[in-house]
Formats: sequence, C-alpha cells, structure tokens
Amino acid sequence: MKQEITVALAGNPNSGKTSLFNALTGLNHKVSNFPGTTVDKKIGYCKLNAETRAQIIDLPGTYSLYPKSADELVTYDILRNKAETDFPDLVLFIADASNLKRNLLLLTQVADLGVPVILALNMVDLAQRKGIFYELELLAQQLGIPVLSINARNKEGIAKIKSLLLDEAKHKKVTYFDINQVDADLLNEISEITDKKNPYAALQYAINASVYLNNKAKQINAAFAKYNFNPRQFQEQEILQRYKIIDEAVRISRRQRNNTIIKNITQKADKILTHRIWGITIFLGLLFLVFQAIFSWSAYPMDLVEWSFTWLTNFVQAQLPDGILNDLIVHGVLAGLSGVIVFLPQIIILFAFIAVLEDVGYMARVGFIMDRIMRPFGMNGKSIVPLISGMACAVPSVMASRSIENKKERLITILVTPLMSCSARLPVYTLLISMLVPETAKWGPFNVHGMVLMLMYLLGFIAALLSAAVFKWIVKAESSNYFIMELPGYKLPVWHNLLITLYEKGSAFVVGAGKIIVAVSVVLWAFASFGPRGNMRAIEQKYAALAMNPNLNVSTAELAAQKSAEKLQASYAGEFGRWIEPAIRPIGFEWKMGIALLTSLAAREVFVGTMSTIYSVGGSGGDADDLNAIRQKMMNEKNSLGKPAYSTGTILSLLVFYAFAMQCMSTLSIVHSETKTWKWPIVQFVFMTALAYLSSLVVYHIFS
Amino acid sequence: MKLSELKFNQLATVAAVHGDELSLKLFEMGLLPGEEVELENIAPFGDPIAIRVGEYKMCLRIDDAACIDINLK
Repeated sequence: MKQEITVALAGNPNSGKTSLFNALTGLNHKVSNFPGTTVDKKIGYCKLNAETRAQIIDLPGTYSLYPKSADELVTYDILRNKAETDFPDLVLFIADASNLKRNLLLLTQVADLGVPVILALNMVDLAQRKGIFYELELLAQQLGIPVLSINARNKEGIAKIKSLLLDEAKHKKVTYFDINQVDADLLNEISEITDKKNPYAALQYAINASVYLNNKAKQINAAFAKYNFNPRQFQEQEILQRYKIIDEAVRISRRQRNNTIIKNITQKADKILTHRIWGITIFLGLLFLVFQAIFSWSAYPMDLVEWSFTWLTNFVQAQLPDGILNDLIVHGVLAGLSGVIVFLPQIIILFAFIAVLEDVGYMARVGFIMDRIMRPFGMNGKSIVPLISGMACAVPSVMASRSIENKKERLITILVTPLMSCSARLPVYTLLISMLVPETAKWGPFNVHGMVLMLMYLLGFIAALLSAAVFKWIVKAESSNYFIMELPGYKLPVWHNLLITLYEKGSAFVVGAGKIIVAVSVVLWAFASFGPRGNMRAIEQKYAALAMNPNLNVSTAELAAQKSAEKLQASYAGEFGRWIEPAIRPIGFEWKMGIALLTSLAAREVFVGTMSTIYSVGGSGGDADDLNAIRQKMMNEKNSLGKPAYSTGTILSLLVFYAFAMQCMSTLSIVHSETKTWKWPIVQFVFMTALAYLSSLVVYHIFS
Repeated sequence: MKLSELKFNQLATVAAVHGDELSLKLFEMGLLPGEEVELENIAPFGDPIAIRVGEYKMCLRIDDAACIDINLK
C-alpha cells in the first residue's frame, strides 16, 4: 500500500452505520477504546484500489455535536481536534432517507468543523414505500457536497462509495451556519483561549468545554459573561437556523407521491407489541424464551467445554513432571481458563438474542414498555437490557449500560446489575437447593427444585430494584432527567452483522473477564497450595508414611483425596477460613465455608469445586455422581457441637449470601473501567457484601 | 394545548417547547416549532407515549410532553 486516507464514518443512530461499516471492512477491523474513554473504537480497513486503502473509523451514532452521553462525546472529540491522529481526511456521512431532515442536522454541524463530507443516502427503499423520493443531483447541488444512494444491508453502492473516496476533486469543504452573526470580538477571544482557527469549531468547543470539560472552563465562562453570550440560547438558535437551511434543501430536492404518511407495518406491529396486555405478554414470553435458550441450549456446548478442559487437564498433568509447575498450570491457570470459557456459550446465546432484538428494533420498545416501572427506582427503560443480561453475566451487562444517556441512571444501573443472579451462581444454587429439596420433588405438576431456583432469580431482581431505590438517594443528579428515544422502524435482522457482533462481544468477554479470573485463580491457587510453619511438609510426610503402610485398606485415590483435603485445611486459605470464622459464625457458617468464600472470589461457581476438595471427594466435581457425593459428604458433616453443619438455616443463609454478595473480581474491574474511578466499585463491594451479610443474618436466625 | 393532552387520530403542530435542556434535546431530535406531531402509542402503564414527529417515531415521558405546546390542525 502506498497511500492511506482516514475516513470517519458518521451518522445518526439507526441509520445503518454498522451495516455500512461491516460492508466496507468485513472482519478486517479491530475494536479498542477511544483514549481515556470506555467507548468502543472500531477501526477497519478497506482497499480502494491497488495503491490506496482507507482507514475507516466508526464513530458512535449521535444526533448532534453537542454531546449528551459518553458515546456522543467521542464523536465530537475526534472531529474537533485537527491535531488528533484520528482526525479524518474526509467524513462519510450516512443518512436515513426515510427521515432525512433530522439526519442532516448532524451533517451540517460536522461540515462546519472544516472537514470535507460526502453523503450516502441509505434506506431509500424504505423512503419510497412512504412515498418519498429524492433527486440526488438537486440534493447534492443544494448541500454543495457529493450525494449517492446506497443500500447498506444488501451492500449496494459500496463500489460507488469507494470511487468517491478516491476522487479528491469532489471532496469539498462547505459551511452551512453563518458564524458571523456572533460577536467577532467574542469569537477572537474564544479562538485564542481554545487555540483553534476555525471560529465555529472554537465556539463549539468552548460551549462544550464549559459543560463537560473542566479545562479552561473558567476563562471561557468569563468571556461568555463579558460579551453577554448565552450558550444555550445560541445552541437553540443554531439548531433552528440549521433546520431552516435543511428544510430548503429537502423541499427543493424532494418529490412526494402523496402527502399522507402511510400507516406502515411498524405502526401495525406497535399496536400489538406495545399493547397494554399483548405487549407485556409478548415481552414476558420472549424473556422466558431467552431464559430457556440460555439454560437448555447451552448445556451441550458447556459440557463440551468442560469435557475438553478435563481432557486437557489430564493431558498436562500426565505430560509435565509432578511438582509446583504442574500444580500451578493445572489448578491455577487451566482451572481459571475453564471457569471463563465455560460461560461463553450462555453469553453468546444471550447476546445473540439481544443483538437480534436490537437489530429488529424491538429493544427500543422494551425500553418504552418498561420505563414506567423502572422510573421510581432511579433508572429508565433502557436499564432493563443490562439487568436482563445480568442473568447471564454482569461483565458484558455493565458494558451494555453505555447506551443510557443520563449519567445518574446509568450509574445506578451499573451498581445494581451484579445483584441479578448470573450463571456463575447457578451451580452454587443447584448444589445448595438439592440439599434442601430432592431434585425429583413435585408440588402438583411443578418441580420444587426448579421453583426454588426461580425464587432465587426473583430475589435477585427484587434486590436489584430495591437497591436502586437506595442508590437513587445517594447518587447525585448531574443533569436533568428525560427519556427521549427514537423508536426505529422494524426491519429484518442482517445475519452477517449478527455474526460480527457476536464475535466482537465474545472476544471482549474472554479477554476482559478472562485475564482477571485467570490472575485471581493463580493467586488463590497459591493461597490454597502453600501453608505456614511446615504444616504442609508434615502432611506430606504423614501420607508418605501411610502409603508405605501395607496394612492400610484404603484405596490410593481415597488417600489422595484425604491428603488434598488436609492440605487445603492447613494452607493459607484454611488459615483465612479460621481467621474469618468469628465474623461468619453469626450467619451460620463455619471455617470450612470461610475457605469457600475466599476461593469464590475467582468466580462463584468455584464454591462447588472447593467443597469437593474440602470434603475430600475424588474427581473434578463436574458430573452428577460427584455432585451427589459432595452433597452426601456435606449433609453428613458435623459442626463442633456435633450437630449437622449444614442445617436448613445455614443452607438458606448460604443461598442468600451467594445471591447478594459481591464476589466477582471481573465485575469490579469492569465497573472501575466504566466509571473511571475506584469509588463506585468500592461502594458496590461494601454495599453488596453488607446486604448479603445482613440478609444472611436475618435468614439464619429465622430458620434456626 | 399540551402534547400530553393529544388524543389518537388528532394531528397537531408544535408551537413551543419549554425547559432548557429538554428543548435543546427535542430540537436536535427534530421536534421543532411548526413540525407535525401525532400520537401513535401509549405504553402499557400509561406512560411514556410514542409520537410521530415529521417522518419518524419517538417516545417521551408524559411530564416532558407537558412542556410542549401544540396547536390542533
């Protein structure tokens, strides 16, 4: 490649931007973060001809350049700063032809920053069905920039775009808004403060700086005051004037067959999908379907993952010489990795559903339906998506909260999402519930085990809502509270886009959660493998001696299991269990459960494996026989008073504790990176742990 | 008349929008004085409402709709 041009892809949300990006770059793109933000930065490459390729930056979809959410701020940041390495040579602007006026507002703002723009008119077919046609040449003439029509979903018009990107003669800088109506002295002063030559860019930066960036805000506000300049009034005037220009351009180039908007499929569908009764029924039905899919479809792939890891573990164990390295790789690294990858099937299924519902246009309706319910709890309709996803895994769900514009509502959503029962809790619930009620018990036609399980999920949801109501009082509101959202027309999903989205989300989860879980697993492995004061050596010697004893009628496997149980109890993890016992005794736990609380910090489901080691059950703790064996051992376990260690009170207390406690390091780390402060993950950790402790205390005392 | 009082099958045009941040957001979204609006759906719990603004559909809460003055056509 001899040449590269940088092209920014901009446009409103729902204008087909992602489809166009995928059509231009395919899988030849990478996702990272925009510097200093958590917003996904997608850069892709597209070969234009033998000598030139285009580097395409996908900007988050926004409605204007006055940013109101983290996503919008990024678009604005890239386009305003010419010194930025990502500053584009050209903006490829995609607009929804069926709703052109609103789409063009952003286009005129982008052009005024001094970047050449070309306009790709998408969804022309949809506009035609509404009876709207555009004369492209007239529109191009009116706007003063090249205009072409494309169909991003079918990849039509991509060749035209490529040749236009190469045709530098047609790249024109145009201005729409007349900045000279603003006091020239003010503009000069602002240009100086912000160090920008383009007066519109300078003023816009200043207005945003006084709201969003502390940088130079004082100076800017002083200048505004001096010239009696009201930024908000200016913004309003600016938007109205831009619409005047747009109205004219659209009026001249538009041909309309009939004046009445046809009541289209979308309106018919919405009559049912947002209906008082049908709307809610369909929503709950879909939720049920998603749930079923997550738990039943994922069973086989999850078994496959577990089986593969068991094979790999045995292989490594056999190949490497005995010793610390072997132990570290098998029980630290591989155990951690399998703990991440085993959840991948569930997360992929969940995200497939969410992506399809989003693509089709249904997710916006879910927000519309649920807003009234979420509002008293300090959240809005959009919060429902992270909460539902939280039933698979909190890590990607916290990331999914980015679409919530209001900072307070977004923060509350992030704080309470981990209370939703995630898949890592499921194995813990399953084991504990089976100690309370047999898996075959029926209550009428219903399986009692399943009902208790459902109760646990309900408990998580209620706790999330009530906690949100608490956080509503704690978190300060920074901006006014509105819920204004486009309800896009229903469309068929684009499967190609779906696959790309799943690939991106899946790898983000494996890398994001994976590195934390593996690291924590290795640390916890060390805690569980090493112990103080030569205790460990004494155990080694004892079992070495026992193994030599010919009169002993115990199998080697049983001996090995007993040995690992004793070693774990003598390790630092065991020390921790004994150390924390006074604190957890009031909620009905004894020190062996304290060990499990510690090891659960890698991932909650490690509880089951730890129980299997503590009570010296052979095997990996994976299959049903092992689970039965663990359950039997746990049921037989006596506490220091000779009573069953796992009384009904203790089991219920453990259930509640695992439902509420913040035991997931990956989630804390993602909350840190999403809120860009340690304050909120710490608040979340303290709050959830306190909630868990107090609830367990109450439950234990009621039931024992 | 307020947008929050608009009934099904009534056409109206926007007269004015009150509220600082709200009006800016609504202007950006194309809800401007002179634009045609029509009530399309009411959420199951009575709030928010979905309206057609010009050529597209958006939703907003009743409280916010009460900040928008309209004239019936």
